[in-house]
Amino acid sequence: MTRQVFESLKVADFTWAVVGPMMSRYLSNHGATVVKLETATRPDVVRTTPPFKGAHTHRDQSGYFSMFNSGKRSLTVNLSQPKGREVAHRLVMWSDVVLVSFAPGVMARWGLDYESVCRDRPDIIMISTTNLGMTGPHASSAGFGTQLVALAGFSHLTGWPDGEPNQPYGAYTDVVAPRFGAASIIAALDHRRRTGKGRHIDLSQLEAGVHFLAPLLVDYFTTGREAIRSGNLDPVAAPHGAFPCRGEDRWLAIACSTQEEWHSLCQVMGLQKMAEDPRFTTLEARKLNEGELGDMVARWSQTQEADVAMGLLQQAGVPAGVVQDSRDVSNDPQLTHRGYWVELEHPEMGRHRYPAPAFTLSRTPAQLHPSPCLGEHNEFVCRELLGLSEEEYIQLLVEGVLE
Amino acid sequence: MWGEQILLDAGGSPAIMGSTVNENMLSPYRALDLTDSSGFLCGKILSDLGAEVIKVEPSGGDPSRLTPPFLGEHPDPDRSLYWFTYNLGKKGITLDLESPEGRRLFLSLVEKSDWVIESSPPGYMERLGLGYQELSRVNPGIVLTSITPFGQDGPYQDYKGSDLVAIALGGYMFLCGEPGRPPVRVSFPQACLHGSGEAAVGSMIAFYDRQNTGEGQWVDVSIHASMVPVSMNAPPWWQLRNVIVRRQGTCRAGLSSGAVQRQTWPCKDGFVTFIVIAGTAGANTNRGLVAWMDEEALADDFIKGIDWDSLDMSTLTQEMHHAIEQRIGRFFKSHTPWELYEEAMSRRIMLYPVATIPDIASSPQLESRGFWAEVPHPELGRSITYPTPIIRDSQVPFPMGRRAPLVGEDNDEIYGGLLGLSSAEIDSLRRTGVI
Repeated sequence: MTRQVFESLKVADFTWAVVGPMMSRYLSNHGATVVKLETATRPDVVRTTPPFKGAHTHRDQSGYFSMFNSGKRSLTVNLSQPKGREVAHRLVMWSDVVLVSFAPGVMARWGLDYESVCRDRPDIIMISTTNLGMTGPHASSAGFGTQLVALAGFSHLTGWPDGEPNQPYGAYTDVVAPRFGAASIIAALDHRRRTGKGRHIDLSQLEAGVHFLAPLLVDYFTTGREAIRSGNLDPVAAPHGAFPCRGEDRWLAIACSTQEEWHSLCQVMGLQKMAEDPRFTTLEARKLNEGELGDMVARWSQTQEADVAMGLLQQAGVPAGVVQDSRDVSNDPQLTHRGYWVELEHPEMGRHRYPAPAFTLSRTPAQLHPSPCLGEHNEFVCRELLGLSEEEYIQLLVEGVLE
Repeated sequence: MWGEQILLDAGGSPAIMGSTVNENMLSPYRALDLTDSSGFLCGKILSDLGAEVIKVEPSGGDPSRLTPPFLGEHPDPDRSLYWFTYNLGKKGITLDLESPEGRRLFLSLVEKSDWVIESSPPGYMERLGLGYQELSRVNPGIVLTSITPFGQDGPYQDYKGSDLVAIALGGYMFLCGEPGRPPVRVSFPQACLHGSGEAAVGSMIAFYDRQNTGEGQWVDVSIHASMVPVSMNAPPWWQLRNVIVRRQGTCRAGLSSGAVQRQTWPCKDGFVTFIVIAGTAGANTNRGLVAWMDEEALADDFIKGIDWDSLDMSTLTQEMHHAIEQRIGRFFKSHTPWELYEEAMSRRIMLYPVATIPDIASSPQLESRGFWAEVPHPELGRSITYPTPIIRDSQVPFPMGRRAPLVGEDNDEIYGGLLGLSSAEIDSLRRTGVI
C-alpha cells in the first residue's frame, strides 16, 4: 500500500445524511482517520434509508449509507450523559478537523462550539454545514437537502415549460456543497500549517446551490430576465434533447452546437437533404423550427439501438450519449476503465460497490475501505486513539455511555 | 522546508509564519487557468480561497467569452455574464501556447506557479510539449489539473462531451422529468460545475501532498464521473436490489416500499416542496402540519388519527400515500408559498417554497448574510451584482475580487512584474502576436 495524502490527519465527524459525510469521505478515501460519532438511538439517518442489502431495513446494510462513508470509523456515544460528552470532548481535542451538521446552537450546549473549543485548541479547524448558514433570520429553519433543492431554485428550473416544476432526483444540493466545503477544509489546513491558526468555516448549502445557478441571478439583476424550466432546450444548440430509441424507456441525448456537428448528424441519419433545408440551415432557423427538427431526429432515432447510435454519432464527431439508467451506469465501460466502482468486502453486506472520486491522482490515488457498522470501532477509538485505559473503557460500556 | 520555499518563490504577497489571520487561506499561491467554460469554476474556487488565479487566453480572447447569457440581446465576447460570474477575481493574460516563444514563456510562468488548470482534449497539452512531464521538469511541485468530458484515457477518451451528454451518461438525466415524457436536465448547464467542483477538491488534495513532499502530480478529472454521485442512492438500488429507479416528475421514487410520493405541490400563486417522512426524521414536521391544518379546520379524523412515530416508510402503501396527500394538498392550496414558509419556520415544519429566480434575488436570508455584492465594471459604466465567495469564515470576511479580466488586461503586470521582462520585450511579444 502506498503512502496516503492524509495519513496523519485526524478528523472528528459530527455530521450525518450526505453533505458532511461526503466532505469527510474525500479525506478518508485519501488516508485520514475519520471518526464518525453516532448514537444507537439516533443513528445517521441514511443508515435507515434504502436500498438495503437484504429485503428489510437494517442499519448496517444501507447502500445509501455505505457509499458516503467508505473508510470511516464509527463511534457510538450517548451525548445526553456527562461521560458521553466527555468522550466527545476528548475526540475533539484529539482531532485536527471537526465537521458539524447540527443546527446552530447545538454544539454550544455541549461546550463543543468553535468558541469553546478554540480556547484550548486555537489551531482547530471546524466546518459547520447547515441548510441556510449559521446566521441570518432563517438560520434555524429545518430541512433536508431533498427540500432545499426547491429553495435553491433547482425545482423551478427542472421540467417542461407547460408543466409543474419537477424535483430533480435525490437531494441535489447535497452533492453541490461538499465540493466547496472539502476544498476549503484543505485550504484551512495549509493556512494553519503556515500560521498556526485554525478556522471556523460556515458552509450554507443554499448558497452553494445558488453558486451553481449564479449567472442566471446575475442575468436577472442586470437585465431583468427570469429564467424558467425549458425541458431540454438550449439557447445556443439545436437539436438539443433526449430522443427515443428502440426498447422501453431508452433515449439518446444529442447536442449540436456547431454547424459541423449538425451536418455530421444529418449524414449519420442518412438525411443529408435536411442540412440544406432552409428551415434547418442555420442555428437560428433550427431554433425557430425546433419542434419539426425534433420530430425528424426522433423518427430516425426510434429505429436505432441507443448505444449503437451513440457510437456512430461520436465517431462522426457529434456529442451524443445514452440516457443511462443505474444498470447502465454500473456497467459503463468508461467508468470501469477508470476504476470508478470499487468492490469491497463489508462485514454485514458482503462484497458490494463503492464509488471512487471523479478525479484520479497520478501519484497518490484514493484507497477505499468499507463503511463502518454502527459502533464497530468503539474499542479502537477509545483505547487506541483517545488513549483510555481498559478499565475506563469497560466502565463506559457498563454505564451505557457507548450505546 | 518546501512550504517556506513556496512562500518565497510564488505569490504576490508573501506570507510569513505568524502573519495575521486577516489573510486569505491560499494567498501565497498562484494558479494558471487555461480552461474553457467547462473548467472555470475550479479556478474560481481557488481564487475565492485567496489564491492568485491567472486566466491564460489565446491572443484575441477565449472562445468561451461567447457563453450565454449576455448583458444585452446579442452574443458579445465582452458581455458574457457567464464569463463574468465564474472568472470574477481572476487576472487575465494572453499567450499563444502554440508558438515556441509562447511555450517558453508559459514554462517560465509554471516555474512560479502552484497549479495549472486546463480543459483541452486529451493529448493536446503533450503535443504542445506542455504535458505533465514537461511541466514537472521545470517545476517538480506543480499540480496539473486536467478537466475533460470523460478523463484522459479509456474507450470514451475522444468522445465529445456536452452538459447534456455528461448528465445522460452519468445516469442523472434518466431520473429527472415526468413519466411518459423524455428525461430532462436542469435548465442551466450543471455538469461542468460538478466536474470543476470535483477538480477543485482534487487540486487541493494534490496540493496538500505537495506541501508535505515537494512533489506535485497530475489530477485527471472526468466530468462524466462527477455526475454519478448526483444520482445518490439510485446506482446502489441496482447494485444491491436489481431495481431500476425511474423519473417521477413532481413525485419521488427510490423508497423501499416501491411507492412514489408527492414532492412539489401547487398552492396559491406558486408551489412548495414538502415530503411526508415517516419515523423520527419526519414525525415532528407531520404532527406540526396536522395541528396547523386542524386550526384551520382542514384536518379530518383520518389524518388526525395517524401515529406519525410508528409510521414506517418501508411498508407505507401507495393508497396510504394518496390518502395523506389528498388532504395535505387541499390545505396547501389555501395559502401562498411564502405564507406557508413563514408559518412553517415558526412551527419547525420542513417545508420550502419552490423559489423562482426573483425569489432567490430577494431572499432575506441571503440578504442578511451579505451574499450579494456589487462589483464595478468601469468600461461598461456600471456595477454588476454577484454572489460573494461561498466559503465564509466566522472571523474573516472574504473580500470580493476585481471584476473578470478584460482580454490581456494584466499582461504588463505579469510579464513585466512577475517574469521581469522589459517593456521593449513585451512590445515585441505583442507585435509578433505571442501575447
